[in-house]
Amino acid sequence: MSAVNQDADWEDLSRPNWRGLGVADPIKNVEDKWLLLPAFLKVKGLVKQHIDSFNYFVDVDIKNIVKANNKVTSDVDPRFWLKYTDIHVGFPDRTDLDAIDKSITPHECRLRDITYSAPILVTIQYTRGKNVVRRPNVNIGRLPIMLRSNKCILTGKSEAQLARMDECPLDPGGYFVVKGTEKVILVQEQLSKNRIIVETDPVKGVVQASCTSSTHGGLKSKTYVATKKGKIYLRHNSVHDDVPIVIALKALGIQSDKEILLLTAGNTEAYKSAFSANLEEAAKLGVFTRHQALEWIGSRVKVNRKVVGPKRPAWEEAMEALATIVLAHVPVVGLDFRSKAIFVATMTRRVLMAMHDEKMVDDRDYVGNKRLELAGQLLALLFEDLFKTFNANLKASIDKVLKKPSRTNEFDAFNTMQFQGDHITSGFVRAISTGNWSLKRFKMERAGVTHVLSRLSFISALGMMTRISSQFEKTRKVSGPRALQPSQWGMLCPSDTPEGEACGLVKNLALMTHITTDVEEEPIIRLAFMLGVEDISMATGTEIYGPHTFVVNVNGTIIGLTRHPARFVSNFRRLRRSGRFSEFVSVYVHYHHRVVHIASDGGRICRPLIIVENGCPRVTSEHIQRLKAGALTFDDFLRNGLVEYLDVNEENDSYIALYESNIVPATTHLEIEPFTVLGAVAGLIPYPHHNQSPRNTYQCAMGKQAIGAIAYNQFNRIDTLLYLSVYPQQPMVKTKTIELIGYDRLPAGQNATVAVMSYSGYDIEDALILNKASLDRGYGRCQVLRKNATLIRKYPNGTFDRLADAPLDENGSTQKKYDIIQLDGLAGVGERVDPGDIYVNKQTPTNANDNTFTGQAATVPYKNTPLTYKSPVAGYIDKVLVSDTENDQTLIKVLIRQTRRPELGDKFSSRHGQKGVCGLIVNQEDLPFNDQGISPDTIMNPHGFPSRMTVGKMIELLAGKAGVLSGKLQYGTAFGGSKVEDMSRILIEHGFNYAGKDMLTSGITGEPMEAYVYFGPIFYQKLKHMVMDKMHARARGPRATLTRQPTEGRSRDGGLRLGEMERDCLIGYGATQLLLERLMISSDKFEVNACQECGLMGYNGWCPYCKSSKKMAKLTIPYAAKLLFQELMAMNVVPRLVLDDA
Amino acid sequence: MSQGFDPKKHVALNPERVSYTSSTDFPGHFADEDHSWNPAEFKKRLAVRVERISNRSIEFDLVGVDASIANAFRRILIAEVPTICIERVYVHNNTSIIVDEVLAHRLGLIPLHVNPVFMDCVYHPDGQPTDRNTIVFKLCAKCERRRNAPKDAKDPAQLYINHEVLSSQLEWVPQGEQSIVMAANPPAPTNPNIVLVKLRPGQEIEIELHAVKGVGKDHAKFSPVATASYRLLPKVILKKEIPPHLADKFQNCFTKGVIRVDPRTKRVSVDESQARRETMSREVYRHPEFEGCVQLARVRDHFLFNIESEGFYPPERLLPEAIKVMRSKIRTLREAAQGLLQDIGVVEDVEMAS
Repeated sequence: MSAVNQDADWEDLSRPNWRGLGVADPIKNVEDKWLLLPAFLKVKGLVKQHIDSFNYFVDVDIKNIVKANNKVTSDVDPRFWLKYTDIHVGFPDRTDLDAIDKSITPHECRLRDITYSAPILVTIQYTRGKNVVRRPNVNIGRLPIMLRSNKCILTGKSEAQLARMDECPLDPGGYFVVKGTEKVILVQEQLSKNRIIVETDPVKGVVQASCTSSTHGGLKSKTYVATKKGKIYLRHNSVHDDVPIVIALKALGIQSDKEILLLTAGNTEAYKSAFSANLEEAAKLGVFTRHQALEWIGSRVKVNRKVVGPKRPAWEEAMEALATIVLAHVPVVGLDFRSKAIFVATMTRRVLMAMHDEKMVDDRDYVGNKRLELAGQLLALLFEDLFKTFNANLKASIDKVLKKPSRTNEFDAFNTMQFQGDHITSGFVRAISTGNWSLKRFKMERAGVTHVLSRLSFISALGMMTRISSQFEKTRKVSGPRALQPSQWGMLCPSDTPEGEACGLVKNLALMTHITTDVEEEPIIRLAFMLGVEDISMATGTEIYGPHTFVVNVNGTIIGLTRHPARFVSNFRRLRRSGRFSEFVSVYVHYHHRVVHIASDGGRICRPLIIVENGCPRVTSEHIQRLKAGALTFDDFLRNGLVEYLDVNEENDSYIALYESNIVPATTHLEIEPFTVLGAVAGLIPYPHHNQSPRNTYQCAMGKQAIGAIAYNQFNRIDTLLYLSVYPQQPMVKTKTIELIGYDRLPAGQNATVAVMSYSGYDIEDALILNKASLDRGYGRCQVLRKNATLIRKYPNGTFDRLADAPLDENGSTQKKYDIIQLDGLAGVGERVDPGDIYVNKQTPTNANDNTFTGQAATVPYKNTPLTYKSPVAGYIDKVLVSDTENDQTLIKVLIRQTRRPELGDKFSSRHGQKGVCGLIVNQEDLPFNDQGISPDTIMNPHGFPSRMTVGKMIELLAGKAGVLSGKLQYGTAFGGSKVEDMSRILIEHGFNYAGKDMLTSGITGEPMEAYVYFGPIFYQKLKHMVMDKMHARARGPRATLTRQPTEGRSRDGGLRLGEMERDCLIGYGATQLLLERLMISSDKFEVNACQECGLMGYNGWCPYCKSSKKMAKLTIPYAAKLLFQELMAMNVVPRLVLDDA
Repeated sequence: MSQGFDPKKHVALNPERVSYTSSTDFPGHFADEDHSWNPAEFKKRLAVRVERISNRSIEFDLVGVDASIANAFRRILIAEVPTICIERVYVHNNTSIIVDEVLAHRLGLIPLHVNPVFMDCVYHPDGQPTDRNTIVFKLCAKCERRRNAPKDAKDPAQLYINHEVLSSQLEWVPQGEQSIVMAANPPAPTNPNIVLVKLRPGQEIEIELHAVKGVGKDHAKFSPVATASYRLLPKVILKKEIPPHLADKFQNCFTKGVIRVDPRTKRVSVDESQARRETMSREVYRHPEFEGCVQLARVRDHFLFNIESEGFYPPERLLPEAIKVMRSKIRTLREAAQGLLQDIGVVEDVEMAS
């Protein structure tokens, strides 16, 4: 009977009941929807956030800034004015005056240590006498140009064109070339501006709502509404005392207590009773009217005005402060404080809500409450500051000229402008090259904004471009900001963060994230009103907090009310999907706070998702077919409303299906591809979803240290330190991310045949055994190229440095160390440089700094200041560059190369956070071999697996082995990739064991081994840490001058320190003589003469204090101790030596 | 003739481990058995059969020796049979993108067709090269644009002359008596088509190369073999009848041809003549239905050698060369041992022979 029943149930289910589909109907899958990802990357590139931001600055923001500061007037001549009518940034060009070809490439800038910058050109209008003159294209300074931005000459170039410019097509761009170094402005993470954040301090029992206001002028101020002893106050930097909230509201024009109560507490009884105390307080303070409130505040406002004028009444001060400083982002038009009052009231209400229910507190770490600040914004601030200073200087010098009563010719402001110096240029260059953004005008003092782009490997450069640094201090002991946030999903990579102090504070963008730039909000507000939003200034508290009303916010400012939030939002979204306004404007309903938020501000993180309507994804297989055929681009998908960007907040208001099979009627969106939750660096890991999560994090740190190919132009680069692999290979087990970012074309590692077994005992603690024959054949071979640069300078006194050929000694032959110096005083390219050899024979005039010298420059005596090769291992001259810098100094760069084969102690790692050093190099004949005669390149100890749980590595081996046997590359893409069953099947088909374990024969005994060994290829990276750069020992050597103790550090041939802990051991053991030897005899032993009479030190058996040599004794003390005594004496402390048995 | 598993003769391949890996046929292992070495017995049992031979590789069976002997041959083949390889590279000019050291390394790895007999083995790094220990090659190549290249050509071979420098471009420069001694077989790379460098117009290389005699344990390039290895003869021992309905499945667990299934009776048997083709994937152990049906094993003293020659020696010459090296080692050892015997009674400190 039950069977019949079940059948009936089944029939019921299979009947089409929902949109013509039965539950049992097969779900049609959109094949290859991941192809949207390459399409997305094609449009946006990997570092789109930087480039978009810079483009926005150059195209839009710079114009706004100039518009806001477009007039220069004179205090002297009221008829004079100068106006900037337009500004634009040109294309990078050569600054050399005599250059015929003005075009310049970024690579030339790198090589010549100059800045890749473009002129900032303005159009000015000004009065000259009685005429108004217009001058277009006046150069006011130069702006460093971001590579691959709108203004960069590399944009839109083909691979061949890029090759002609010595540029790598895989280089992401997004950085600057300043004085020859590549500088990145890291993405900065901060709390969002102009939004109310409610926090509690459970210890102090304080609830506070804060809001950082930021207007376009760049002024920033933070306003708090906080509880203090159960009452609510408004706090702001510009007011000395906390302002009771009722007084604040009264000052803002809400005079009636009833209205205040309605606007803050509404009709909720609990809030009302909590708020009543505040009303009492105001009454107690005798503040009833607006005027009284303003007076109360005015007497406490911090006045800092430079202009000395008649002292204004207090209430006026208060009015101004309230209008312009407190909550500056809420506009006050014509003394209409209503919207600001409502904003303060809302903050108060949020405090009341949080006091009543602690769940109403906001999460500071929620990614939706974060904004990312990018290069464009920082440059905009910098430019505004520089431009204002420029104008101030211009005004000053114009005033100076105009002040003169009589002039020979008519005053032309253009001439004055030409002599303004390069304030803007040098300001940009200084800020970017030092990373110090100290803008007094905006109270900004930030250091370490820029970093040198790490070119250790392709991945490290790429990883740097996606990095986000947090503004939180690293020392603070709170875990919140460091923790993995659920809202990070899809936006920030969960794996890629450093270990240690910056853990969780430095993050990386996921593959598909985009960071918004500012979108004008006026049209959005107008649109919102058209969609039925009622203006807030008409509303009373009852309406605002009415049971069905939702407040509408645009970028944090309250604009109105709506009764139908869902309808409003869906209409709004429909308009966005049809492209009526920017796709980056987000809208969502916050049911908790009963608010509809519209956000159009810059710095929000967002990502594209497929729109799902009525249970079907709007992207169909046909679309993908057309995408494949190249008929559609990603932008078409956006324009046709198939795909849209969601920011974190709107994501929270959506129902997103991970796979198509998860789609239910309520689903609103579909993920494009699950592996996009990871970033570019974590995307290298095959099968990361099988690994223990910290292992992926370790690999993210190590992938950046792997030696490999850096860029297509790597052989043309002259970097301070360059690590290159001689024979890099693309991994056998790839991921889709690898193909998308081009790691298969610029790989950093080799596919090593690995036997997971124990061998010889030299493989404990993760050490690896390497096959000597593999090393002979080039496995792990790498090149290290080091730059050595010098300037051939011209000195102010007319003398100059020179290069000389090798000097001859008495016998007419050259010294050995000058062997490689050619006639031009430089070493020949390709020559071998032995330790101690001279490769640039530079000579400097002895009187270079003597400014009184006036003789013939050629007659001065010279001293040798050569560049000497110091490494203990010989190298080869790879390249010699002779060029000029921007200020006409001759620049010589010599690149010296070492080719290294792996040696004992070199560090290797697989892509699963499993690092190890080479413990032993074994001859091939001693290594085990399988039935095919294959012996491993590397032997890895199996103890590396159980505790690390890197199952991904095992699957990589399996997939790699299957790939090798079938002659195909396999995929280990996250949450997908080649399946283990398929891999096993391939192995079986080729006569191998399904588990990947081979029967090996020992190469030493020739007998079969008793265990089957997991055997196959794994992609191994050679890391930059090599023994040759680290090994250090010293018997005797240099000493520090002051203390006469051995110097510190390998670079100074320093001693090896017997530290405090080692000292403790020796004390504990009682090895006094050893201690004495280590700490004094072998260090800074010193013989002093001490007087037994006075206990002071003398010399040569003479006590200068006692004026006698009678009771002098010799004793040995550390020189540092003698120094201490003398320093004490210099401080009027007399240390006396009391000698027992001299 | 199919017999059961014999731990004295066979290595057992179990699902998760290999057992009976070591030989036991030496005196004193079994209390009541005499395993002392018997030349006649050994002679009778010893067999070398060539199974397959081609230009560059050979497969042969070595039966009746201990693993240590077979392994010794393998090790000597890899590491101790001398060959000639480029050891010193004098770069006069190299404007290619491959830097000198890497190019030198690549050149060193070229297998050369030079009979090592004509050369003296000992090469002092500081000693003077002579015509007895050094062979000189020259490599000069310059890339230029091809004048008559078609306009729309993309292929570098059409566009440029010398866009790839191949090993065939190595030019032997006979020294002293070499022009007479080696005239019959002028030294050259074994494979003329190894790409050494790729060049583009304007780039050129001019290099002098010195090849010397050396052994594989010094550097892998001196190894005369690409691989020299052996495996033991597989043996599939059926212990139980396989149910007829599983016969095909059983057959598929092995390399094709190893298991015979009677098409009529579905009776399963092992084709002993094809046993060597079995790869020992142990697939049969994966299926629970075959548990206890079969024992995989390998014959402990039956070595299936596979040697791929790379370099001068034709594959069939390699084993004799290895034996030659081994005999010379034995000779040295014997001399040393005899020297010891003669020295008995002399109570003096023996100085180590250098």
